Amino acid sequence: MAQVSSIANEQNTTAVSSSKSITLRISRFNPEHDETNGFMEFTIPYQKWTTVLEAILEVKKHFDHSVAVRYSCRQATCGSCGMIINGKPRLACFTKISELNSDVVTVEPMNNFPIIRDLAVKFEKLFDTHQKIKPYLIRDDTELESNEKEFLQSPEEVEQYIQFANCIKCGLCNSACPTMATDSSFVGPQALAQAYRYVADTRDKGKDSRLKIIDDSHGIWRCHFAGSCSQVCPKGVDPAMGIQLLRGYLLGFRS
Amino acid sequence: MPSDDHREGIKGMANPSRYGIERVAYWLMRLSGLGLLAYFIGHIYETSNILRGQVGWDEFLELTQTTEGHIILAIVIAMCVFHTVNGIRVMLGHGGVGVGKPARPDYPYDPASQNYRHKIGIYSAILLAAIAMMYGLAVMFGE
Repeated sequence: MAQVSSIANEQNTTAVSSSKSITLRISRFNPEHDETNGFMEFTIPYQKWTTVLEAILEVKKHFDHSVAVRYSCRQATCGSCGMIINGKPRLACFTKISELNSDVVTVEPMNNFPIIRDLAVKFEKLFDTHQKIKPYLIRDDTELESNEKEFLQSPEEVEQYIQFANCIKCGLCNSACPTMATDSSFVGPQALAQAYRYVADTRDKGKDSRLKIIDDSHGIWRCHFAGSCSQVCPKGVDPAMGIQLLRGYLLGFRS
Repeated sequence: MPSDDHREGIKGMANPSRYGIERVAYWLMRLSGLGLLAYFIGHIYETSNILRGQVGWDEFLELTQTTEGHIILAIVIAMCVFHTVNGIRVMLGHGGVGVGKPARPDYPYDPASQNYRHKIGIYSAILLAAIAMMYGLAVMFGE
């Protein structure tokens, strides 16, 4: 009890960091009636743990509730709050203002996605390309029927794809990709990394059909290994690695 | 005005900043590729002057014997060396060489495909291009 009390006292005496403030610049654009996008600036106080999403919600709460932003889990799991923060694609809920080392924080909608309004973008194209590569196990049998056993895998087999199963479909990789900046038909690093995730899964039997889908002039061959997708991924998926390993199957280096 | 699909376009693709040395290498690869293509076209035009005979050939060749001509040739040497060395790095990467192995990622999630081997490859390409350019300048201006 005495120990708990001392811990409580210790927490109580912990100094709260001095309140600082930043200028938050929010891109405003409504395609229904705006010709150009503009920025609105707000002065927002922050602590060292304040995230960019919290700063935006502070604006909605106290200054302008009409700012459009999409978010859900606030813990880098749902992938809803992807946006361009100080020039780079990041998750707003995962980015602390203190780690940006700037007195001005600029938030814009993700590049390479159509804008719905302000910071919210459409995800239809990402979901379409994700579906296009058949993101599920392809087999003749199933483990859901009675008297069937689960599909067993060794830890080594799981290691081959588990990294790529971490994808939360936030779209940051597609936003950072230089090929997606110019090619509207490119399938994108998100879908290609997911193609690798299933091709590398030993339980899956749909390798040939997936490779046929991505073996296209606007498919895997449009990637030029700039690596920006991997640098912005908030879950460590490394789409650039997946794409290059996937090429190994098409070039005959892997089977 | 933001376009319907809000793409960055060529300006965004060509921007070498924001994403580290890998994006710089991506930008230099395209720049050197376009530069070498322009030189290749100019080179075909230059060598076609041989059809004008010895005098015509010598006249045109004098264009490259100027300070500006030497600087352009030195840049061509640099572009050629960078494009070759970085091209080998990218080709190896496309074959899955040096891009790492899939593994459970640990925070802070340093991407294995952007590892030191590739960084060394990029810096080597830039360094070798600079050395070749300096050597070329020394030869051309040392005459």
